[in-house]
Amino acid sequence: MEIPVFVVLMLVLLSGQSVTARVLTEVEPRNYDYTKYHPLPEITAWMKQIETENPEVVSSAVYGKSYENRDIAFLKIGLKSAENKKAIWMDCGIHAREWISPAFCQHFVKEILRTYKTDTKVGEMLKNLDFYITPVLNVDGYTYTWTDNTTRLWRKNRSPGTGGCNCIGTDLNRNYDAVWGTIGVSKDCCSNIYHGPKATSEPETKAVVDFVQLKSKDILCFLTIHSFGQKILFPYGHPNIKAPNYDELTEVVNAAAKAIKAAHGMDYVVGSLTEVLYPAGGTSMDWARLVGIPYSFAFELRDKGEHGFVLPEDQIQPTCEEAYEGARSILTYVHDKAFYNAAASITATLWTTVLASTLLALL
Amino acid sequence: MRRPLCALWVFLVLLGDCLASPYRPETEPLDPEPHETNSIVELELPPELDGTMSDGELVPHHYPAQRAAKVAQHYLNTRHGSPFRWIELHRVNKASLEDLGQAGKKYYLEISLKEVISNTDLGQCSAEVLFSGEQDQRAPQVQCPCEGMQKLNTTAEEEALFQRLNSSDSPVSGSNIPDSYGHIAPEMKPLWHLGAAAASFVMLRESNESTLYNMAQVASITQLETENGQLRFKYHVLLHDMISQEILHWKLLVSWSPAGGVSVLQTEWQPKPAESTP
Repeated sequence: MEIPVFVVLMLVLLSGQSVTARVLTEVEPRNYDYTKYHPLPEITAWMKQIETENPEVVSSAVYGKSYENRDIAFLKIGLKSAENKKAIWMDCGIHAREWISPAFCQHFVKEILRTYKTDTKVGEMLKNLDFYITPVLNVDGYTYTWTDNTTRLWRKNRSPGTGGCNCIGTDLNRNYDAVWGTIGVSKDCCSNIYHGPKATSEPETKAVVDFVQLKSKDILCFLTIHSFGQKILFPYGHPNIKAPNYDELTEVVNAAAKAIKAAHGMDYVVGSLTEVLYPAGGTSMDWARLVGIPYSFAFELRDKGEHGFVLPEDQIQPTCEEAYEGARSILTYVHDKAFYNAAASITATLWTTVLASTLLALL
Repeated sequence: MRRPLCALWVFLVLLGDCLASPYRPETEPLDPEPHETNSIVELELPPELDGTMSDGELVPHHYPAQRAAKVAQHYLNTRHGSPFRWIELHRVNKASLEDLGQAGKKYYLEISLKEVISNTDLGQCSAEVLFSGEQDQRAPQVQCPCEGMQKLNTTAEEEALFQRLNSSDSPVSGSNIPDSYGHIAPEMKPLWHLGAAAASFVMLRESNESTLYNMAQVASITQLETENGQLRFKYHVLLHDMISQEILHWKLLVSWSPAGGVSVLQTEWQPKPAESTP
């Protein structure tokens, strides 16, 4: 009589969450300073170092070439599995002058690698998911901002103007095929919100589109990181389109903003792009959603305009820490929604059997 | 003996059942719906802020109220900004809009503000921001009586700076403040804040419902001869407009004294420098 109950109880205990203490372990690459801004060659070298030092969880791939023929690459981070895994996409540095953005991707990579063996949730996410993280998407633009004092505030990529227009660069975040060329854009190639000669005209856009489209059925969440403004945004940029799960997305970003505030007291405003910032067509966030990725968000990191794009290096760490908490909040939600439905039903089944066996035993 | 075995069998069957069907993660992405794309094709694209905004309450964290509140910030910095005072909008708590037809649009705001250098909470202030009608290309008119300003006392630092700059043999100059890494030399910080206060005059004047200005950088500053007891400076500032994402170059002639506050004597817009083709 006691046997089935005992067995059931053992199984319930073993399947339960184990409590893990967060123990700091030294697994980050030696000598890399995450509290400084790094030029592209240093970031590229860092990516190689990360891969070399963490071969069991990290691989990388070049998935496109920029206009000036530089590699566009991601780090793929996750525990290796024979089965096809669900994925998370994160890109940084789509706008060249937003230097805190690539800094965040580097911090994020460092954190998940530092903690996946000791933090249950991070470990679980790396087991169930692959993270595709692009530290610098707009490699040409980013390089250009490092040229000298006069180039620091460049935004676009570096492809030449077309059709007799003589200025350089397309705004990569107006170049995606999502209500492209409609609102919050300019047809003038000299404008900082020039949408390009057509949707997906830019090689940097095409690289993302080609890869993400192929994997879109597996990608649960698309995160694109910007500065400045202290905001977390969800689709859409067009005022006449509303995401059907607007309320759910609002809850998700509200929770993320709470997590951010808990880190260093900073307020982040949250909402749809068109309501909170400005109407804009052709954004990568909107495109990702339209292609079928259910959770798509854009972060605008510190600050609120005092320093703007030239955020002091002594703010890199706190900014990255708070953004990490925000991202973690979103990723936990997305992950648990996908992977905990069945866990709930397993628990239900076990308890049903306890009841069943007790009842039968009483008969 | 039978019952426990029976129960055990039931349990094992159910357990086996559960383990045999591996859980499948939700593979259906939330369908972005063909009807969403249809509605894109069908739509008429409304121009930004085409006046379909109805009178009355605004959502405080949405952009219309935020842009108006930023204008109130610029106004406050023209009045109270100095080398040791920089006022920043902390939050918009309440907002409403009154459409005055040809007279323009009037925003009523409850905002909370902070003085950033001393990290002083200035509490809540009410602000009224009037954007002129289409015919009238005037600067926005702002009223923002703010009692919290009285908390601020920067006289000592301002006097000290004034004396130092007034009596120095070498006029001060600098460039790229902050630099590309966000660094500002400590002795340049007050001049950075002064530049921001001066820039606020231009940002206030140039603002409308489709702009959101911040000063991106002081490209250069040169001290000129003191005149009429006011220190004078030539500033080249870079303004950033969030909506167009443009960087706007302005040359300013600025005067300042602790008693007189900040004045902008001349402003000159500089067109974008020509791009070098690779």
